[in-house]
Amino acid sequence: MIESYLRNFEDFSANGGMFAPKSMRALRLSAITRFEQLGFPTTRNEDWHFTSVSPIVEGQFAAVAVPVAAVGTIDVSAWSFGADCHTLVFVNGVYNAALSASATLPDGVRVLPMRDAFDAMPTLVEDHLGKIASFDAHSFTALNTAFIEHGAVVHVPAGVELVRPIHLLYLGNSAAANRVVQPRNLIVVGTHAKATIIESYAGIGDGTYFTNTVTEVSLGEGATLTHLKLQRESVNAFHVGTLDARQARDSHFFSFSFATGAALSRTNTYTELRGEGCGATLNGLYLGNRDQVIDHQTRIEHVEPNCYSRELYKGILDGAAHGVFNGKVYVHPEAQKTDGKQTNNTLLLSERAQIDTKPQLEIFADDVKCTHGATVGRLDETSLFYMKSRGINARMARELLTYAFAADVLETIEQVDVREGLEAATLVRYTEH
Amino acid sequence: MLEIRGLTATVSDKEILRGIDLIVKPGEVHAVMGPNGSGKSTLAQVLAGHPAYEVTGGTVTYDGQNLLEMDAEVRAQRGVFLAFQYPVEIPGVSNAYFLRAAYNEVRKAQGQEEIDPLSFADLMDEKMALVEMDHSMLTRSVNAGFSGGEKKRNEILQMAVLEPRLAILDETDSGLDIDALRIVANGVNSLKKPTNATIVVTHYQRLLNYIVPDYVHVLAGGRIVRSGGKELALELEAKGYDWLTGDAA
Ligand SMILES: Nc1ncnc2c1ncn2[C@@H]1O[C@H](COP(=O)(O)OP(=O)(O)OP(=O)(O)O)[C@@H](O)[C@H]1O
Ligand SMILES: [Mg+2]
Repeated sequence: MIESYLRNFEDFSANGGMFAPKSMRALRLSAITRFEQLGFPTTRNEDWHFTSVSPIVEGQFAAVAVPVAAVGTIDVSAWSFGADCHTLVFVNGVYNAALSASATLPDGVRVLPMRDAFDAMPTLVEDHLGKIASFDAHSFTALNTAFIEHGAVVHVPAGVELVRPIHLLYLGNSAAANRVVQPRNLIVVGTHAKATIIESYAGIGDGTYFTNTVTEVSLGEGATLTHLKLQRESVNAFHVGTLDARQARDSHFFSFSFATGAALSRTNTYTELRGEGCGATLNGLYLGNRDQVIDHQTRIEHVEPNCYSRELYKGILDGAAHGVFNGKVYVHPEAQKTDGKQTNNTLLLSERAQIDTKPQLEIFADDVKCTHGATVGRLDETSLFYMKSRGINARMARELLTYAFAADVLETIEQVDVREGLEAATLVRYTEH
Repeated sequence: MLEIRGLTATVSDKEILRGIDLIVKPGEVHAVMGPNGSGKSTLAQVLAGHPAYEVTGGTVTYDGQNLLEMDAEVRAQRGVFLAFQYPVEIPGVSNAYFLRAAYNEVRKAQGQEEIDPLSFADLMDEKMALVEMDHSMLTRSVNAGFSGGEKKRNEILQMAVLEPRLAILDETDSGLDIDALRIVANGVNSLKKPTNATIVVTHYQRLLNYIVPDYVHVLAGGRIVRSGGKELALELEAKGYDWLTGDAA
């Protein structure tokens, strides 16, 4: 029901939630208006054809922040990667300084919670926030924008190469039950700057809450960004996350979506290649079981010539899990010599698991190379027999083959700590019974 | 150690083996030859326990036990090894991981402890030297992107690591150049013990110059139509199979 969100917005405005400059107030107001007009998407909406969000609509999640005091001590090590990350921890959407761990950052690099960012770098925030992730046709983005308050702003200035990853860690615990948490992140990577950012969402316990998150990314000329999104929400949670990037000339964007949590999740990864010589690689791995719904939508807009894009999404679905992959690639008329490749491979481990995969290529330039391919398969009997014929028992053979299916896409993650962490998480998932 | 009596088997409801009798004793080498499609690989796969092949009749006894009742992994754990005619590629599983997993499973089944990584590395050094294989092959995925010859050598490496009691080599010599053939044959010969036995499926006499058989059997139309000593292989080389398959049809 959208009414409860509209009511919450009244409270939010009245109680000082709408801090920050006037332009931001105006942005939030236009966003709530748009949300009211759009309502939640139904399966009649082409972009939501395979995924019904009615559990979210009927969930009546209150858009009220959980006070930090209700948190207590939390061991964040289970969701951390090595010691050298600069980590901002948010619990139930709210920044928690005590749990955060700062590493020494190069001069000029800023990693701040949203409120502090408005004070410290108002121009940068105003120049980008709400300018990248359009909410005109996206009601979840509109809803998130209306409630902009918490989240992180990362600025890596021109020429700076960040060696250590920045980790934005969003934890949800039982105190978030029946609430909506709406993180909003902004990542600005300057000309020829380079950074790695991990954005994780993890559930502590099995609370029913709703995360609706939006991250806006701006890559300057020649910039390089690795963005790893890890969705490991509580089994009863709902998660809708949008990552929207704009790439200037010669920039390179590597995105990885690892999605394994939540009862229902939708991950949108969008990028626009707005200058020549750009590259975008959007990879992902989804692991589902029980009656989980794991939906991914990617959109790559090739606006200018001589750019490439690569997509490799793999999924392993067990139980009665339902996976969705919709990969959109638009090649604008000017974008000659575009080189695009999209692949989606899903392994179904049970009879009831299912995948809807929908490549969607719209090409308006004539001199381009764009391919796509999707496969859906089961464990290969011949490989299973080969392993068994070497003495490996049937269960272990299945586990090894399942893990092996995911291995190549995980290998595309360059950060060793993260890669090994996710490899272990994948292996454990298929070896624990 | 192996006693096959009246074995019949089908695949996709098609009868392939039509009554095989074969007795293999410890220390013996048996060569199985025969025209394409006669059922040689089928026999090998049935012995290894491939689920796609349905045994419709006969018995197979291995060390006094009913082999046909054992799962494929149990057969392997008890010392049956099949070197595949077409080794399977397993992208994503490294050769080293695969070998160690297999080795440990076999050890566990025999009541031994798992090997520690260092001792396993030593073992690998020894076995890789035996088949003259480069160490870089260990970090690569099992057979993925291996050349035909490399795959066959990898089969023998696995055999060397697992030290089976009954090894069945299905056309391990096909696709090998003369040097590789000698390496593979040396590998097989050096693993030979009085307690072990080998069944070699081949089309070519040249392998049998290196791995000298005690018996040669000709399989045609799903039956063994002729058995003899190693001189039978030479006769087949000279005359082909027609003179034998004529009366089998
Ligand atoms: N999985 C299968 N499905 C259908 N037919 C099969 C299958 N496997 C084997 N066959 C058939 O069984 C027959 C025997 O095949 P097999 O592979 O045992 O022959 P072979 O003697 O090993 O031949 P080659 O010398 O070519 O290796 C052939 O006609 C083959 O086509
Ligand atoms: Mg064969």
